[in-house]
Amino acid sequence: MSIIVDNDTRLVVSGLTGREGSFHGLRNRDYGTDLVAGVTPGKGGQDVDGVPVFDSIAEAVEVGANTSMIFVPARFAAAAVEEAIDAGVGTVIAITEGIPVLDMLGVYWKAKEAGVRLIGPNCPGVLSPGKANVGIIPAHFFEQGSIGVVSKSGTLTYQIGNELAQAGLGNSTIVGIGGDPIIGSDFIDVLELFEADEETELIVMVGEIGGDAEERAAEFIAESVSKPVIAYIAGFTAPPGKQMGHAGAIISGSSGTAEAKKEALEAKGVAVGRSPTEAAQLAVETLAARA
Amino acid sequence: MDLLEYQGKQLFAKHDLPVPEGRHAASVEEAVAAAEQVGFPCVVKAQVAIGKRGKAGGIKIAKDGSEAREHAEAILGMDIRGFTVHDLWIEQASQIASEYYASIVLDRSAKKLLAMLSRMGGMDVEEMAEKDPAALVRRHIEPSEGFGPEHAGQIAVDAGIDEDVQGQVAEVLMELREVALAEDATLIEVNPLIVTEDRRVVALDAKVTIDNNALFRHEDLAELRDPSAEDPQEQMAKERGLTYVKLGGNIGILGNGAGLCMSTLDVVAQAGGEPANFLDAGGGSKAEAIVAALEVITSDPNVDAVLFNIFGGITRCDEVARGIIEAFRRIEIEVPLVVRLDGTNSEEGLKLLADAGIANLTVEKTMLGAAEKVVELANA
Repeated sequence: MSIIVDNDTRLVVSGLTGREGSFHGLRNRDYGTDLVAGVTPGKGGQDVDGVPVFDSIAEAVEVGANTSMIFVPARFAAAAVEEAIDAGVGTVIAITEGIPVLDMLGVYWKAKEAGVRLIGPNCPGVLSPGKANVGIIPAHFFEQGSIGVVSKSGTLTYQIGNELAQAGLGNSTIVGIGGDPIIGSDFIDVLELFEADEETELIVMVGEIGGDAEERAAEFIAESVSKPVIAYIAGFTAPPGKQMGHAGAIISGSSGTAEAKKEALEAKGVAVGRSPTEAAQLAVETLAARA
Repeated sequence: MDLLEYQGKQLFAKHDLPVPEGRHAASVEEAVAAAEQVGFPCVVKAQVAIGKRGKAGGIKIAKDGSEAREHAEAILGMDIRGFTVHDLWIEQASQIASEYYASIVLDRSAKKLLAMLSRMGGMDVEEMAEKDPAALVRRHIEPSEGFGPEHAGQIAVDAGIDEDVQGQVAEVLMELREVALAEDATLIEVNPLIVTEDRRVVALDAKVTIDNNALFRHEDLAELRDPSAEDPQEQMAKERGLTYVKLGGNIGILGNGAGLCMSTLDVVAQAGGEPANFLDAGGGSKAEAIVAALEVITSDPNVDAVLFNIFGGITRCDEVARGIIEAFRRIEIEVPLVVRLDGTNSEEGLKLLADAGIANLTVEKTMLGAAEKVVELANA
């Protein structure tokens, strides 16, 4: 089945006429994703390699778009997400890094109220191998399979995913939830989807310092997730008070440490790998034991 | 970005939040002149990005010009737990009747702003929580409800604020929220928020954190970034558009992607090493970025060995290899470099490195193997 993106995804890319937007949008199309439109205000009527460009997302929805990818500069991105929500798409995937967090505060509640699934921002997107790729995840590393991956990181996910692939294991869906402090979908939101997905047998969760999303996920897993979950947490070596790349990756006072997240997860029976390699190994072993 | 106290107070003043009269000074002469203007008694306050200045001798009352001079001389240049005092704030002394605590902070877990108020101010939040946890009133601001006099007023009542100043305190809370929204502040803390002897509510301190992502729309705040407060490598990295954090160890690290980089630090530490820095080369790193990264890392005199951990997705390993080869051409790199190249175009990248035949460069296949190797080389 897979989650969030699949064969029914009909994609509109905000920013398709830009350098990054066109590179990744067309890459998604070449992978097999149904790219129906691009949006750049003022460039309606143009096309990018045959893909029609409109002035607004609403026009793209009229020609069937149901999923919106936002590849627009940070200063305009929150407004673009809001436009997508207003236009009636069911899913918005915001790749853009650098959106002011107080903008995201408003956007988050708007999406929630409208019942729109928002992924990101500051995320690599969502890949369901063999079906659709929306974002910048390099799909050639991944095969279709039964391991769901949900991660705050990009390249760290590729590292773990690659190790799984080398062990012959594929993925149902890989979801990059993003590294910002306020994101549209947390671990819990995606774990819920994986739990309900027939194709997913085991879930790998990749977290990092900052906030308490992993701790809350641990509670949720104990209460509502029957499938095995393996975790990896990055940032044991990060000093407090310093932003480590991602806007959300910062330890405030004593909260948001990697140690606290690891303890919370282990207390609820989630195995936490000490390295990406070990996390992948644990997933391989757990799946083999169930076979 | 954390603002210094006086910068926070200037922001408050801009939004009509009551603050004591004050002047900035960066030299003893300026401090004395400022004290004359502000009047006596005044308070000479060290301006550093760290708390507990008073305990360190960084806050002193001056009753006349010669005391102002004496204190300015003592405090300017003082080291307060690793921070050097370059700036002073000379402020009118206040007659304090009560000290409260007020803050507005972004609660990322609840995804809402959180207003906090306590009648027990002038001490750590931790101390407050210990002494009388019920005294701290915490209330989320509901996005759909806003934050008007009813909301703020109720908080003041619940916090047990003196009746005659509840209205002023509620005003302050509402204004703090206005400042947060207008200036993209994710934290505004006033500790203490005082009531003066003549029953006026005044912000005696200001701790403000501005969202870095929003600086593009606050030119005045972006200009405040104090370069002297930053570490030379962090300065260098910023100029080259690299994300760098100094950690103090002896193994320089580069990774592509913040998560992968943090993971690399952890894996090196597990192997017994001490990372010197975090450096995210970012997605799609071109050769120039790699050269710049190596320049920054090797300019740190503590670095004895360097690890490049690359898993190329959008980033191409042959580009990274070209960057490494170019760096060795342009700069003197005397320390050993361990490179792990995996992912997109890794074969081409590895071939380029092999052909370049750089003496102090070792290639490792796996992330764990590379970590162990660099620790070995750093200890040699």
